[in-house]
Amino acid sequence: MQWMRQVGLLALAVALSALVTRPAGADELRIGFLAPVSGPLAQIAKDMVDGFRMYLDDHKGDFHGATIKLIVADTQAKPAAAVLQAQKLIKQNHVNMLIGGVLASTGYALAPISTREKVLYIASVPASDNLTQRDAHDYPYFVRTGWTSSQPNHPFGEWACQNGIKKVVTIAADYAFGYEQVGGFQKTFEACGGQIVQKMWPPIGTVDYSPYISSIKQDADAVFVLPVGAGMLNLTRQLQASGIVPRMHLIGSGATFDEFVLPNMGDEVIGAYSALQYSAAIETPENEAFVKEFRKRFGKVPGYFAESNYTTAMLIDAVMQQTNGKWPGAEAFIKTLTALKVDAPRGPVSFDDMRNPVQNIYIRQVEKKKMFGDSKAELWNVVVKTEPHVSQFWSFNKAEYLKQPVYDRNYPPCKFCK
Amino acid sequence: MGNGEKRPTMDTRFWLLQVFNGVSYGALLFLVGSGLSLIFGVMRMVNLAHGSFFLLGGYVALTALWGTGSWLLAGLAAAVVVGIIGMSMERIFMRRLGGDHLRQVLLTFGFVLLFQQGALDIWGGDNLFIKVPQVLNRSLVLGTVYLPLYRVFIVAVAAVIGIALWLVLDKTRAGAMVRATVDDAQMARGIGIDTSRVSMLTFGLGALLAGLGGMIGGGFLGVYPGLDFEILPLAFAVVIIGGMGSLGGAVIGAVVVGLVDNFGKVLFPQASYFTLYAPLVLLLAVKPTGLFGRE
Amino acid sequence: MSRQLKILAVLALLIAVVVVTPHTTPFLLMLATRILILAILAMSLDVLLGFTGIASLGHAAFLGLGAYLTAILAVRYHFGLGWDFWLVVLFGILLGAATAAVFALFALRARGVYFLMITLALSQCVWGLAYRWDSLTGGDNGLNLPGRPMLGPISLGNDTAYFYLVFGFFAASLVLLYIFVESPFGRSLVGIREHEVRMSILGYNVWLHKYIAFIVSGAFAGLAGVLWAHVSSEVSPEDVTLTTSVDALLMVVLGGPGTLLGGVLGAVIVLFLREYLSTLVPWWPYVLGGVYVATISYLPDGLLGALMQRGRILAAGVTPAPESVQPPNRAKKLEVNEGGVS
Repeated sequence: MQWMRQVGLLALAVALSALVTRPAGADELRIGFLAPVSGPLAQIAKDMVDGFRMYLDDHKGDFHGATIKLIVADTQAKPAAAVLQAQKLIKQNHVNMLIGGVLASTGYALAPISTREKVLYIASVPASDNLTQRDAHDYPYFVRTGWTSSQPNHPFGEWACQNGIKKVVTIAADYAFGYEQVGGFQKTFEACGGQIVQKMWPPIGTVDYSPYISSIKQDADAVFVLPVGAGMLNLTRQLQASGIVPRMHLIGSGATFDEFVLPNMGDEVIGAYSALQYSAAIETPENEAFVKEFRKRFGKVPGYFAESNYTTAMLIDAVMQQTNGKWPGAEAFIKTLTALKVDAPRGPVSFDDMRNPVQNIYIRQVEKKKMFGDSKAELWNVVVKTEPHVSQFWSFNKAEYLKQPVYDRNYPPCKFCK
Repeated sequence: MGNGEKRPTMDTRFWLLQVFNGVSYGALLFLVGSGLSLIFGVMRMVNLAHGSFFLLGGYVALTALWGTGSWLLAGLAAAVVVGIIGMSMERIFMRRLGGDHLRQVLLTFGFVLLFQQGALDIWGGDNLFIKVPQVLNRSLVLGTVYLPLYRVFIVAVAAVIGIALWLVLDKTRAGAMVRATVDDAQMARGIGIDTSRVSMLTFGLGALLAGLGGMIGGGFLGVYPGLDFEILPLAFAVVIIGGMGSLGGAVIGAVVVGLVDNFGKVLFPQASYFTLYAPLVLLLAVKPTGLFGRE
Repeated sequence: MSRQLKILAVLALLIAVVVVTPHTTPFLLMLATRILILAILAMSLDVLLGFTGIASLGHAAFLGLGAYLTAILAVRYHFGLGWDFWLVVLFGILLGAATAAVFALFALRARGVYFLMITLALSQCVWGLAYRWDSLTGGDNGLNLPGRPMLGPISLGNDTAYFYLVFGFFAASLVLLYIFVESPFGRSLVGIREHEVRMSILGYNVWLHKYIAFIVSGAFAGLAGVLWAHVSSEVSPEDVTLTTSVDALLMVVLGGPGTLLGGVLGAVIVLFLREYLSTLVPWWPYVLGGVYVATISYLPDGLLGALMQRGRILAAGVTPAPESVQPPNRAKKLEVNEGGVS
């Protein structure tokens, strides 16, 4: 039948294209970009790719002589698929480097591949602490251009304690990112004299937080929130409906109030404090230009997913400037990259000797205002304090820090939970 | 027990809050589960796309809300549109499978895939939220206890719909035809009831209820990709505990699931992944047709 | 087509696959390896669905258990990375069989749609365990295996070598399952699928037959799990989700239940669409959903069944009984509509 023949031809075409592999052109830089294009995290993938592409397009796809070939691969938010796509990008598309990934499990699945295949992997989003700490020596081809989960919360814990918050209840999603963020906050908050009086870990996929909210210890003065995934907006809403907020301060993860979700939140989050290496409300000319252009092109304010990948492109460009557009091999590239200092939209970025960024951390508060000459008042993460030159180890002695275990559900232990 | 997870003080305030939370959550689940229960009762098949109907209801309501600004119209739109989608699905696709129930179940899953991708393409991947009308957007304060008015509203809506369904099923001719088909489809056909028409209308009604649930839930849970997969096991739990085809069972099932989920999370936080599934396994092992199911 | 001719044709196809695939692209080689592993999973599910007539929504549990066993032994006990790999294979099979033996005690009390629910719930419990017991399983970070086993001088880290190994397991599984379904025991399973009441009247212990089918199914799924852990050298809770169970069901139904090779065809289509078409176009989920809906609507015996009817492709395994071609008759054989207790 007619349609069968057509289907057969299509299948043939598809099969043939699988066999075609062009070798890299002389000054071509091939980049394999891994993101969860299909599935519930599709919007995150879009922001990541948009951020990277914006820099690429601004520079007409040419990084100081190197023509960039960007190949986007769909991880479907599953580590097994990410592994297959990464292997394909390396062995078939002959990419010079891999970028991206979102989930901790993807970061952990791709890092060993980078070691085995000796291919550079730039993790622009995965934030698992240990990848550049206790496990860093296993992954010499792994570089981070984003952050570690605990990095922003070390200064945040100290700031909270110094600004009147004494007793905190944490409600954080029950997974590694949650443990590391709460752990970082707890360590500095309690070192300064604060007390975490209750830790609750709702499972991923929770939509109704009322069991947790109704159990909140009434003598606390702040609630630290880290909901994740699809139902994340419900926690802040339900907190307000229960009266806990604004009676108690609302504080939380920078990822919870990031511009990725902020426009979908309501007035219940006004006044909330959080910490992150980026805020769209940073008042520098570089950031203002970045935010305005992103908004013009994609119709939304950029959050850290977009900024992280934009800055990654900027960093790659800066390396290419030093090598005159020629790919110097993975080892030399990493060396040059980690010696850089750039001015990104998030501010100055450099690297520590574990290949993680050293950068500003911004303590922000959600406010409804007009920014950058806009006529509409919207929710912004207005910067309240800038902590400069923050590394993943904060002010701790690196060797001492690495001796302690990674932050977990039970580490640091909850001394003040009765 | 891990530290930080000690049991909270269980005074009256605590119990009042927990029961209220459990019951109001259960009310929402009743809206989703009652449709699923009806569909099984009449058609003897499980609609795996039920979560998708719930989600689509939320999305359609959002579009209607953005377009007209009327919350009530949004609710109507959600119910009607999803109901029509359900009926069309049954009429065009499921009808041709004759009585092969397993295939019908598996077919509904194909639609889950299509709906999922379609919703993503039309509405994007952001977490959205249906703004609750101001009049409902506050809390009843009883001493130190805050009861969000919207949750009370959900209970009220579920009660109204539950009573309406019961009246229709019990007191009207159409309801009698549905009940006859549930009890014995072959017999019903024998006395002249057009069971395929009953099936189509029931499927549409089930979809409508789910869509309405999605619209109401949209002001409480939000509307986002992945919600379809998250609400589906809960809907199953409701009809399994309550028994397929039993409206009263669905009420009880919904309340039980709401309370168990709520109390389980508060009292046994380490077992939170199992508070729903482990009891379900045990229940099904002991009484495979659910608490109130019939053959 | 005579039985011998069919077997010869399948043999020729298998030989073609094993000879040609390593000479195609690296991506196709890796994809083919994964397809073969999931084909083992699909065939194991076909034993339950296609031959015994009971649909399980929880097969990911066995895959996950086999995979996590392999990963935990490799990461925490440094076991299974040399010749002791074969022991891990054995353990994976035993674990799959043992878990199935336990699950079946609960699940077989239910029938039809309740069976679907209870297998789903059991599988979700396994997922919860993988997620929550993070000191053992790594929680949501998953576990990274230190690399594929070294069998003497042969490193399975070489994709071609691993492909041959997986192919060997696949071929062995196909042969063993074929013998199983063609045996008198297997034939009685089909009898149970077609008319359970008649079988019990004839004196067959229906429950025991189903129980053993479940165990055999679990054993092969556990094997698939062991191979799955090493294919990406990592295991995460994502491997044990509802989506994986549904994928397995999709593969069997799409390809054709009751034909063994139907599951293989289904695995080819599903993986090809997910992993390959996804690199070309963003609208591939519509193709998957559309193909699936069309197949179920128009081809009740799956793609393989339809092709077999046209006599163009030969298949190993039991030819579905002629009367099952019309959907209404099949309804009597697949027991979703009945709500009774065994």
